[in-house]
Amino acid sequence: MARLVVMGGGVSGHTAATFARDMLGSDHEVVVVTPNSQWNWIPSNIWVGVGGMTKEEVVFPLAPVYEKAGIDYRQAKAVSIHPEGKEDAETPYITIEYTDEAKSGETEELTYDYLINATGPKLNFGATPGLGEGTNLGEHTVSVCTADHAEHASDELEACIEKMKNGERQAFLIGTGHGMCTCQGAAFEYIFNIEHTLNEAGVRDMADITFITNESFLGDFGMGGIHFKMGGYATSSKVFAESLYAERGMDWILGAHVNKVEAGKVTYESLDGEMDEQEFDFAMLIPPFAGVGLKAFSKDGSDMTDTLFAPNGFMKVDANYNAGAYENWKASDWPRTLQNPTYKNVFAVGIAFAPPHIISKPMSSPNGTPINPTPPRTGMPSAMMGKAVALSVVDMMKGKATEPTHTASMSEMGAACVASAGKGLFTGTAAAMTVYPIIQDFEKYPGTGRDLNGTTGELGLAAHWVKHILHHVFIWKAKLKPGWTLIPE
Amino acid sequence: MGSKHVNHIEPYSPQFGTMIPMGGQKFLRTCVLWQIVRFIAINIRMTILILKSHH
Repeated sequence: MARLVVMGGGVSGHTAATFARDMLGSDHEVVVVTPNSQWNWIPSNIWVGVGGMTKEEVVFPLAPVYEKAGIDYRQAKAVSIHPEGKEDAETPYITIEYTDEAKSGETEELTYDYLINATGPKLNFGATPGLGEGTNLGEHTVSVCTADHAEHASDELEACIEKMKNGERQAFLIGTGHGMCTCQGAAFEYIFNIEHTLNEAGVRDMADITFITNESFLGDFGMGGIHFKMGGYATSSKVFAESLYAERGMDWILGAHVNKVEAGKVTYESLDGEMDEQEFDFAMLIPPFAGVGLKAFSKDGSDMTDTLFAPNGFMKVDANYNAGAYENWKASDWPRTLQNPTYKNVFAVGIAFAPPHIISKPMSSPNGTPINPTPPRTGMPSAMMGKAVALSVVDMMKGKATEPTHTASMSEMGAACVASAGKGLFTGTAAAMTVYPIIQDFEKYPGTGRDLNGTTGELGLAAHWVKHILHHVFIWKAKLKPGWTLIPE
Repeated sequence: MGSKHVNHIEPYSPQFGTMIPMGGQKFLRTCVLWQIVRFIAINIRMTILILKSHH
């Protein structure tokens, strides 16, 4: 019997663990280590953040699902990896620290034969003084990164709406809270939901809404921009995104590194090096992501974190980390098997793997401050990576292969994104976008770097319906209800 | 089609440099019959995308 340990129970970790469990049978063991007691369908946090859904509608407890599936679930956070074991035992292991009430603070060594790192991001609010989720780190901004954050954001929004109903004008600032943020898509979707909600509440004319972003142009999305096939043109996402903001009378601030948040005010540095300020009554600013801070140790106990992890805390995999300057970047720099090059029984999926470089063109201010989006690798790509790695690991555990048998390169996969504005079945409109491949491949697709037959964008009610269906279908799948394996990632 | 569905856009503002949807486009976005067609199209498109993405 061999043991697979999956660190993380988010989209990629949950996908990897459940598929591995389903395919391994009872001959092998699957363990999930995650500090969370609940699974969260993160895309719907946007709706929670405007009061369109409750927290309970977007989360469910993991324990009963894992018990039913036969997965050994440890509510704990992974602390360190020991890929060579220890001096008196060669079996590799990780150390974990329990977070559940019963065993809180207790530590344990957990051996593994195969390890999948799906720890996701550390929400690095601390990178910008004053940035937070409304409570501990920063009391001046809100967040929609977790269901709890989103619930708090909704309460704050409701308070602003009440003020506007009483004749008090309010300034809304939505976007990224640091020059190195990713997830512009979440802020993009949230601002349109805010605007829609204010319209529904009859107070839109009392609100000034501004988007602040580290993108050098609207519609970069951390992917170097996109060209959509629209109306006979290959239309830039810049035009597509600007049109959405202009139609709704919203302003935007580009190339901004927010470096300080105070009560009612952010200070930011622009790509031209100027320092400026923007006032707000309500601000939802996405934090930058970092690795969760796992350490790695060799057999003799010496620190070898640098061997397993990049400086940003994300795990090294089979990517080309020596690609050099932007002009030299290629689609083939991106990892395919997600296998660690030093320890072949260790993999990383989702946000946890270290990208070879960013996707957007690197930019910095004259002061040397880097201001550019970092690569998005959440949602659909995360789940596809989780499944591909699970299939590879299953083949290796069953002795069918010695090398990974499946690949999930972001340069060979697409992504679908549905950004709603409201959630009504007959009101509001959502943007449905597909991108193929995620990483531009100018050798394979000269011109725009992507397949225009697979890269599209449109607005309409239909996208709302798609988003509703995705919400229910993916929660059904994550709960491992009948037919879950048939639902694609 | 006139421009009655387009709100005032300040000349030379950033908003002035992009495309603005007019009445016909806005109508289609919420026309249920047309959106049913688009719903089917989006689903087909996403299914193809998924099939191309698994290796």
